[in-house]
Amino acid sequence: MITDSSGIIDVLAEGLAIWPVVIPLAAAALTLLLRRWPTLQRSVMEVAVAMMLVAAAVLLARTRNGEAIVMKFGGWGKPFGVTFVADMLSAMLCTAAGTVALAVAIFARADVRARRRRAGFDALFLGMLAAVNGAFLTGDLFNLYVWFELMLATALGLVTLDRRRAQIDGALRYAAMSMMGATFMLVGIGLLYGETGTLDLVHLSTTLARGEPSVTSSVAAYLLLAGLLLKAGLFPLFFWLPASYHTAPISVAAALAGLLTKVAFYACLRVFVLVFGVGAHMPVVSGMPPLFALLAAATMLVSVFAAIAQVDVRRLLAFHVVGQVAYLVMGLALASWQGSAAAIFYTVHTMLVQTGLFLGAGAIGRAGGGFDLRVLGGLIREHPRFSVLFAALALSISGVPPLSGFWAKALVIDAAFRSGTPGAAWLVVAALATGFLTLYSMSTLWTQAFWRPRARAPHAARAIPVAMVTGVALMAACTLGLGLAIEPAVRLSRAAATQLGAGVTLPNGTTSAGASGTVP
Amino acid sequence: MTVLYAFVAAGLFGCGLYMVLSRHAVRMMLGLSLLTTAVNLVLFQAGRIRTAQPPLIPEGAERLGESADPLPQALVLTAIVIGFALTVILAALVLRAWRSQRTLRSDELRSAQDLGSPLTPGPDLDH
Repeated sequence: MITDSSGIIDVLAEGLAIWPVVIPLAAAALTLLLRRWPTLQRSVMEVAVAMMLVAAAVLLARTRNGEAIVMKFGGWGKPFGVTFVADMLSAMLCTAAGTVALAVAIFARADVRARRRRAGFDALFLGMLAAVNGAFLTGDLFNLYVWFELMLATALGLVTLDRRRAQIDGALRYAAMSMMGATFMLVGIGLLYGETGTLDLVHLSTTLARGEPSVTSSVAAYLLLAGLLLKAGLFPLFFWLPASYHTAPISVAAALAGLLTKVAFYACLRVFVLVFGVGAHMPVVSGMPPLFALLAAATMLVSVFAAIAQVDVRRLLAFHVVGQVAYLVMGLALASWQGSAAAIFYTVHTMLVQTGLFLGAGAIGRAGGGFDLRVLGGLIREHPRFSVLFAALALSISGVPPLSGFWAKALVIDAAFRSGTPGAAWLVVAALATGFLTLYSMSTLWTQAFWRPRARAPHAARAIPVAMVTGVALMAACTLGLGLAIEPAVRLSRAAATQLGAGVTLPNGTTSAGASGTVP
Repeated sequence: MTVLYAFVAAGLFGCGLYMVLSRHAVRMMLGLSLLTTAVNLVLFQAGRIRTAQPPLIPEGAERLGESADPLPQALVLTAIVIGFALTVILAALVLRAWRSQRTLRSDELRSAQDLGSPLTPGPDLDH
């Protein structure tokens, strides 16, 4: 793959950037071959997920000092070939995705039975993980689009795993909306290529920054915005998400909730901060941050009110998935490196917590025999330890210290006050109000499912399988750990934000050029 | 030539968007595949439409001469494959929806919407 005469060590080190993609892809092919042996399939999947997590962790350790690992395919020169770039941001998110995948894989031991495995759960799940990591690691805009489409195709397969009526319906809406989004993205990419003659993200950013602002690049920026925000599930284009996630098998819903919309937000960060220079002194396209702010505030408020109205645990959580992405976009709207750093930390936090909550919902469904909050109740009597775990996750998403959700919200709000953007105060008001309403919604959920006595006596107290509790416990431990180890986590996010923006303003007022990674 | 292509792409986008807004799932699917075709034309144009010269940079020269940029053509090929694959998946979903519910009007396909909806009456708790 590499033409120049570099040593084998260099090849392996350069190749490090693609291991988190290659491992799940190869394992997906293997699981397809083992389709008739579900147990074997499961073992392959679990080993692959563990290896993927290790590869991502190694990547994080290697890039922690601010040096990016770049890998070019086919030995093509800089602007032509597809590159894979692993910088701090990519490595952090790959590690978080690996942790999420591990929790889902553990939970799936109890939730995904042989029939679903024969229907292709393992291959599709691994394919989706490969696509997620590919999107995190690619340095090429068109390649990013390809990973998005692979993600969509595998996610559709996962949602319709049981071929239920509601699943087909949900998947239909999901597919149609996402294909629309992909169309917008692709037109934007085509226009950008026509304008600049390159698709490499770093090269695009330098070319656009050097050139005059043009109508083509503005149109491309807004088309990419429409496509990515649709995939990230932002107001007014989020209705496909709560219309499809709740129909999926719960392990699948947990993986989708933890990964997919966050990948879309990651793409927003790369495209708008790096390529279009949002937050730089001279942004390529002006007027984007106020639009982000408006979208973020509207999404927060609409989704949290919609969540309060829900009676099905899965639907309720799906609306919170939408609401939490709005906080990430709020970080982007601040157009400062503090905002980006806060958004990066928030992304890691929300990936872990959303997955944990959906897995917890699966365990609630198993123990209580359904997802309807009007019927559920009294679970604390039979499952005291699990109810504490779920409460930790519910408090984390609402922003209660010392869990990671508190720090994530504190960082975003702190960044808003520091940014000096007009209207930032209103954004903070919306964020705080949404945080309060989220706390209300989650405490209602917890009270109804666990605390209050059950209206109708259950047939029999049902046990929650150990695998399910372990999956939820892993995510709860992660949010607690992230909240306690806040100092290194924030330092890492800040370094990643600094490295991300070739044009992001540094604390000393200068702009960093290229991928320099000085810790502020 | 470029203007002609631009108008064709715009026309395809218009038709595609109109059909996507339809309430019938098959029309929506056809609209989406029209949209992907229109996008391919846009991508094709991003490489400029030029003469039939091979895209080779002459010895010693720094840039491509008069010929068209080959990269967008490679992108179009990739985009065709991806668009085709997703259209097939969508068609399979539409077919399954038709088989299980005997309707393809999006306002009648409501089983996902009704699942766990707060508007559907809850289980009777008195008995």
